[in-house]
Amino acid sequence: MRFWLVAVVLLLAACGQGEDRAPEAAPVLAEPVEVAFNEAGRPVDEVLADSQVVHRGNGEEPQTLDPHLAEGVPSANILRDLFEGLTTNAPDGHIVPGAARHWDISRDGLTYTFYLDPEARWSNGEPVTAEDFVWSWRRAVAPATGTSYGRMLSPIVNAEAIFAGDLPPEDLGVTALNDTTFQVELQDPTPYFLGLLTHHTSYPVYRPAVEEHGDSHVRPGNLVSNGAYMLADWRVRSRIELVRNPHFRDAGSVIVERVVFYPFEDENTEFNRFRAGDLHWTYQVPSSQFQWLEDNMGDALVVTPWFGTYFFSFNLTRPPFEGNLALRQALNLAIDRDILTERVSRFGEIPTFHLVPPGLPEYESLDVAWADMTQEEREAEARRLYQQAGYSAERPLEVELRYNTSENHRKIAVAMAAMWKQVLGVRTRLINEEFRVFLQNRAQRRVTEVFRSGWIGDYQDAFTFLELFHSEHGRNDAGYDNERFDRLLERIASERIPASRRNLMAEAERMILADQVILPVYHYVTKRLVDPLLQGWEENVMDHHLTRHMYLVRPREVGVEEAAEPGEGEES
Amino acid sequence: MLKYSLRRLASAVPTLFLLITFAFFMIRVAPGGPFDSERALPPEIEANLAAKYHLDEPLVFQYARYLWQIVQGDLGPSFHYRDWTVNDLIIQGAPVSFALGAAALLLALLVGVVVGAWAALRQNRPTDYTVMSLAMLGISIPNFVLAPLLILVFAIVLGWVPAGGWAFSFDRMVLPVITLALPMIAYIARITRGSMIEVLHSSFIRTVRAKGMPEKEVILRHALKPALLPVISYLGPAAAAIVTGSVVVERIFTIPGIGSYFVQGALNRDYTLVMGVVILYGVLIILFNFMVDLIYAWLDPRIRYDDGETA
Repeated sequence: MRFWLVAVVLLLAACGQGEDRAPEAAPVLAEPVEVAFNEAGRPVDEVLADSQVVHRGNGEEPQTLDPHLAEGVPSANILRDLFEGLTTNAPDGHIVPGAARHWDISRDGLTYTFYLDPEARWSNGEPVTAEDFVWSWRRAVAPATGTSYGRMLSPIVNAEAIFAGDLPPEDLGVTALNDTTFQVELQDPTPYFLGLLTHHTSYPVYRPAVEEHGDSHVRPGNLVSNGAYMLADWRVRSRIELVRNPHFRDAGSVIVERVVFYPFEDENTEFNRFRAGDLHWTYQVPSSQFQWLEDNMGDALVVTPWFGTYFFSFNLTRPPFEGNLALRQALNLAIDRDILTERVSRFGEIPTFHLVPPGLPEYESLDVAWADMTQEEREAEARRLYQQAGYSAERPLEVELRYNTSENHRKIAVAMAAMWKQVLGVRTRLINEEFRVFLQNRAQRRVTEVFRSGWIGDYQDAFTFLELFHSEHGRNDAGYDNERFDRLLERIASERIPASRRNLMAEAERMILADQVILPVYHYVTKRLVDPLLQGWEENVMDHHLTRHMYLVRPREVGVEEAAEPGEGEES
Repeated sequence: MLKYSLRRLASAVPTLFLLITFAFFMIRVAPGGPFDSERALPPEIEANLAAKYHLDEPLVFQYARYLWQIVQGDLGPSFHYRDWTVNDLIIQGAPVSFALGAAALLLALLVGVVVGAWAALRQNRPTDYTVMSLAMLGISIPNFVLAPLLILVFAIVLGWVPAGGWAFSFDRMVLPVITLALPMIAYIARITRGSMIEVLHSSFIRTVRAKGMPEKEVILRHALKPALLPVISYLGPAAAAIVTGSVVVERIFTIPGIGSYFVQGALNRDYTLVMGVVILYGVLIILFNFMVDLIYAWLDPRIRYDDGETA
């Protein structure tokens, strides 16, 4: 009896979750009208939908909306709407003036003078002043604040010493020359500094609110922000609702009146809400449903290269990989990345032999010798190196491949183990660990051998990937300790000529790849569903999408029923 | 009765104390800490955070500090949801879980008892077999299968109700309530049937029947009350479990209850949040078990709690 029930249940589950779901369940996404623009580049009123309320799925519940304490993509997405740094992102991701209208950079690249937009206002109507930035940045680096992302401000004079508690926050290299002129002194010329200023650690916070409300200054009713939106409501694990900030310096260009961010703990749940018409924008898509999505929701599925790399690292401080370059190379070459991306991850990820993702305007990776080989040639080379490393069919390598709990990580690891077995005869033991146990084991380097890694760049510069391998970096879990590499990083930090800096960075990347510290697999893509009626946003490699660039257009009226406004009537 | 109640409540204090102590040290044994992330923190920052949340003190001090806080009714700040205290989070989430749990419990009790009693009266007949097979199915279908199926059918294909999200309204509560109630209905139906059959075969029922009482009255006035005893004892812990929320149902329907905090809290090493929900759960279990005992005394005249006295 029980057996049959179980069988029935499994069958039901298979029908519900499988990829060949009945096509009639696919929703009819409305087709948008043709959008016309006026001379200011704004879509004309006739094409805009009457209701400008956008519903965005947003990953997990943000840990905090305090820009100086926040970490993680979900809170960053909301903070980009609530606040504005000195610079901000255009729809295509380019860095454009934000709270600062323009700026001067001294010839040595060490002094930045920002001229604030005189129209810049807090959401209570008060002007945003240079003094606000001075106070906020001091707060961001003060040890008492407990910032987790303070590293973003570390190029500034004395920032590192203030973190460490050796200097008071007042010694930070920032000055208000007058109400609207803000000057920053840098330790080293940091060509990506303007890009850092789009990050939430550099956002200003409103001093009177912080002083009055302390830790609860980010609650609705308390939070004063300087971005295009302000916080209207926050129900933990339910919704975060923002409304247009009427005092925003460029309020006239903002079309979306309200934006609601929904946290989701489960990708299938978010997917269901999109299918039911509750969302315009999802944070992700169920990773096992690519085929169904492409066949049935092709118009809404958006896959874009992302500024990140998925790789595995070797623990260089323990056998078998310590001092065994040939073995690391053999394992690297035995992996068929095309199969991993086409059959396993399946969302158009870009197979790679590199660390730094492509698409940076100022950077190009050096060629890797085996990138041009065929997979057969690579495998032959892998077998040769494997033997050279002292292993054979009689004496196979036994290795532990470690990853944290996730369906995708598991699939990739299983496939890699199979490839190693097939090409080299390696015996792999897969070890799955809960996330924090995994992080601790990685950092301690005492039990790991090969383990899953990955990195999404914090700012648009190759350095965000390279610095991970400095011998003192907190996330150098491979234990790469190369004095030449460390010196190279220091030279990059102080190099002023862009072309030389670029060459030094390419050399640093080549070094990591030549030493085979990592086993690169692919470059990430972002994948989400977007209602075709939601427009104004553009694909960009940083995946920054400000709601203030977006707008909802009318559906084309060819027998399409007027859809009810999504999410309406939901409250708690 | 009053003396008994006071004694029971007094004995709850050491139970809770043990629970808190055990949970406090257990969660600290788990590897990793609340501020670990894939982006490693510089050691200075880690020290700052530890100091801010007193994690740099010896564990015994932290424990003493925590006990002192609890006595004052303060469950401390959440380490993960850093803008909120654990009190805030529980105050926001508990009403949601309570409403959902109470509705599911009520539905389960109503349907379960009626169906179970009905099956008992038709023991070994086709109705009985059908009902009990369905109950078995209800117990066996896991809610992570049932919930997506309900959503697919009623929200996406038919479009009758929203696919998720929370409000104190019928259309948003109906699917999660059914998901929560179904296995309970099945369970209660089985218990009711079993004990009903037993009661119907006991001598006092034979006696009332022999005295010529109409069958309807036999069932409602004499058989049902004692038959409910096992249901009531099942209900105590079940109620505590259901009103503290369900991880699966909350995930699938995006419901902001407190059930997820048990799991998310533990995964995030949010020590104070885990402690908060564990304490809440402990208090509820003690409370409901106490209530069950009181209801027992009311249902079964043979049970008296105060020696020598009458209730």
